[in-house]
Parts: sequence; C-alpha cells; structure tokens
Amino acid sequence: MRIRAKTTAGLATAAALMLGTSAFAEPDMDARLVVNEELEITTITAAPDHLEGALEQVISGWHYRGETTRAMQADDFENPAMAFVDEGLATWDTVDGTEGESCASCHGDIEESMKGVRAVMPKINAENGELWSMEDYVNDCRTNRMGAEAWNWDKGPMKTMTAAIALQSRGMPVDVAIDGAAAPYWEQGKEMYYTRTGLLQLSCANCHQENAGNYIRADHLSQGQINGFPVFRMKQSNLVSMHNRFFGCVRDTRAESYAKGGPEFHALELYVASRGNGLSVEAPSIRN
Amino acid sequence: MADAKPRVKVPKTATAGEPITIKTLISHVMESGLRKDKKTGELIPQQIINRFTCDFNGENVVDMTLSGGVSANPYVEFDAMIDAAGEFKFTWYDDDGSVYEASKSIELA
Amino acid sequence: MTYTRRDALAVGASGIALLASTRVAFAVTGEEAIAEFTGGAAAGEGGITIKAPEIAENGNVVPVEVDAPGAAEIMLVAPANPSARLASIKFGPKSGAQRISTRIRLAKTQDVTAIARMADGSFIMTSQPVKVTVGGCGG
Repeated sequence: MRIRAKTTAGLATAAALMLGTSAFAEPDMDARLVVNEELEITTITAAPDHLEGALEQVISGWHYRGETTRAMQADDFENPAMAFVDEGLATWDTVDGTEGESCASCHGDIEESMKGVRAVMPKINAENGELWSMEDYVNDCRTNRMGAEAWNWDKGPMKTMTAAIALQSRGMPVDVAIDGAAAPYWEQGKEMYYTRTGLLQLSCANCHQENAGNYIRADHLSQGQINGFPVFRMKQSNLVSMHNRFFGCVRDTRAESYAKGGPEFHALELYVASRGNGLSVEAPSIRN
Repeated sequence: MADAKPRVKVPKTATAGEPITIKTLISHVMESGLRKDKKTGELIPQQIINRFTCDFNGENVVDMTLSGGVSANPYVEFDAMIDAAGEFKFTWYDDDGSVYEASKSIELA
Repeated sequence: MTYTRRDALAVGASGIALLASTRVAFAVTGEEAIAEFTGGAAAGEGGITIKAPEIAENGNVVPVEVDAPGAAEIMLVAPANPSARLASIKFGPKSGAQRISTRIRLAKTQDVTAIARMADGSFIMTSQPVKVTVGGCGG
C-alpha cells in the first residue's frame, strides 16, 4: 500500500502495522514482581467480566519491558521514580496557601489516610456527581481548603504528589466502579477506546488489544494498562501522568488530541483503568 | 535545584572486613546542555550533579565525577568495607553550587 | 512515495536522535578521554568486566556495571556520544570492592568502554557493545 508520507513517527507506525512487518514476542509471563523482597504485585490476572472475552488475561505493562527495566522496579532504592515520590512526600508536609496548612495538617500520615485511594481512581465525586481523577481531588483541596493555587495537571508538583499518593495503594487491586453514576462516563470512555481516530485511523484497541505483544518499530506493545501510573518514562526520564500519555498517543494517530484534565480523558481514564481491574496498583512504575 | 531529594540504602549492620553494598538515588534532571528548548530552539544550559562522594567516619569510600552522560535521577551503587560502627556521609555537588547531603549510621554485626 | 522500513528507522522523533547529531564545543571524544586518563599509556586486557544489556530498552536509562578488582580508579566512556566521557570513580580507603553500578545515556548503538587505573599505575580496558533502538510510537 502506498502512503504519501511526511517523515513522522506516527506514519512509520502505520506503515509497520499495515505492511505486517512487526514481530511478535511473548512477554515474559513467568517473571514475578516482588518489590523490596516483600510486596507481591499481581501483574497478570483474569480479564474483568466487562471485557466480554476481548482479552483472555489482563497483563501489566511490566511484563512487556526488558529484564533490566523490570529489575529496576523491584527495589525502591533502584527505582528512579522513587526519587520523585520523595519529593511528593516532602510536599505533603509542606505548608502552602493562605490557610497555612499542609496536606498533613488535615490528612495526617499519608500512609494511613491515602491507603487505597489510587486503587479506585478515577471515581465519582459524591458531592457533585462528576468523575474526578486524583489530580482533581488534590486541586480541590488546594484551592478550596488550603487557599493555595491549583497545580498544573502535568507539571512537577502534581506529578510527584500523585506518585506519593499512588504509592500508598501499591499492591492493592485496581477496583474502579463502572456502574451507577459512573456508567455514562465509562460508556463514553469505551466508545473512545474502540473508535478509530486521526489521519492514521487508529483506535486504542488496534494497538493495545489487537496487537499487544507485537512490536511497533522498537517498542514492545503492551495492553495499555494504567495500573502503573504515574510512571517514570525512560523516554522523558521523568514522571508521566495518564492524561499526558493519552495525549501523546492520540496525537500520534495524527488527530487533534484532547486536553489533559478534560472530559474526554477523564472518561478514557475510567474505561482504561477498568480494563485493569484486578491487577495490582504498581505505581510508581518504570516504562519506556 | 534546591529540592533534589537523596535516597540511600545502607544495611543496618555490617561485619567488619566484609564488603556491603550501598545504593544511592537522587532526583535531578541532569540537564546535559545538549537538548534544545522545543519552543525557542535555544540550547537548554547544562545543569547536572557533577560530583558524588561517600565518606565513612571521615574517610573516603568513593569519589565520583559525573557528566551529562549519566541518566537523570542518578543512581550510584558501590561497595564499602568498615571496621567500626559509624556514619556514612553522602554528598552530591550540583553545577549551580548547591550541595545535597544525606547520612546513614551503621552498626557492627 | 512509498514509505520503506529504512525510512521509518531513519526517522528519529526522539530527542536521542538530536543528541546524536550534535557536537558541542566542550565535548570530548572517546580517544581524547581515554588518552587523558591514561596519559597516553597503553591499556591491557583482562581483569575488568562490564555488565550492560545487549539491547538497551531506552537510550536514556542504560544500567551499566563495571568491576575491576584492585583498581584505584575506573572511567566509563561512550565513544559515540556527543561527549564521550560519562563518569569516573576513585576508590578510597573505605571502599569495599572496585565496582560501580550506575545508569548512563547512550546516544546510539556503540561499544561502551571502561578503563581502570590499577594501584601499580598500569591500565586495563574493556568494552561491551550495546544496541540502542530508536523508540516506537506512543506519546
């Protein structure tokens, strides 16, 4: 098939997929992730019912990474993301805003108060019925209770804070609600996931469901699970949020991508999180 | 980068004369000076941790010179050998003059 | 225009491609770095090992370990990087082994090289080829 191509990574991807030149490599399914020699992480589990057989098993992105990358995640003193978690933990105790409070002033010990929080995100805010991600809850506290400025969704302080909070759910199963008030958001996210978009007319499912295990150029395609977020992405050598990752993927289909923190990515976050229900929260993880 | 946080793993005890492994990690962008700002096209100036030292009870364990070729959030793992209880001192030197420190005590087994 | 795989591989959207093509004033080549370290003396083989992945998952974070029992100082060099000298480490009186493990940036596929200065002033050297792949798609 001839493609009138501009030199972009995205088009190369399409070419690779369409020419069928991608190789398949089984991710190392026997590998086990045990962090700090004590915390067992569930990285493979039965697919949630709502997938209706679309996937046999759900597999964490950890399995698709190389051996040395996987090993780095097993020790909190080797995991580069942990340096950022430490920053988030320090921020937790730092007073900010007109009210003279820190997160700790109300929430106390992060290990107690934030345990399990990441595992159920994003979720419906009981007060206003909206679907909120962790970032929304953080900014709500900052603006309404601390008298502090909202943090940019995708910048340092928010990323390190969500990493510190996510750590408190590590090892717990992802368990996002998709029914009740969450249902319409979930349906929206599901539709996005399966809709081809952009100049390349690729949907999330094209790569992450139909081609998980195949190579896209030099990247080993995973199932696109987000149980490991926030993630230390080696490409940026930095923490990366879910919406940042979605943004890049949609942009790479050569589509007008959506806003980080916007309604589309909220819905997509819920749907994609639900595809991993049962996997352990793995944050902060290391990915490519 | 005033908020660079070090993270250090030192065993709680060591046997005199037997090596122990120490792992260190610090958050730092390690800006190599070779990247361009996407918006302005200008080179982003270098800012890295250029030196890392570890001392034990005042004596040197390792003294490392780093360049922009070391990955962000520099990870350094090495071995020490002690013959008395005491304290490890870790120091990271930033291009901008900042100095980051951490210390860990250790007992003899 | 048909888009061939060769074209695809040549397109480096990642910053690593930019890194590989730049040569800056302060940059040092592999030969210069080694010559400076050894003072021009020849380096022997044996007694120094490098552990690095055969294929680096990402050129930004490549774990590398060098072991040279009896060394006073070890230097790591990436000859194909814009600035080849990566790091050097001196071992002090309280060092437990002459071993260093760290993570380096590799601009492209190359032979990662380690040189050690021994206590008696001699030098030994070894290198390990590491393949660096330009990434895929995705964000």
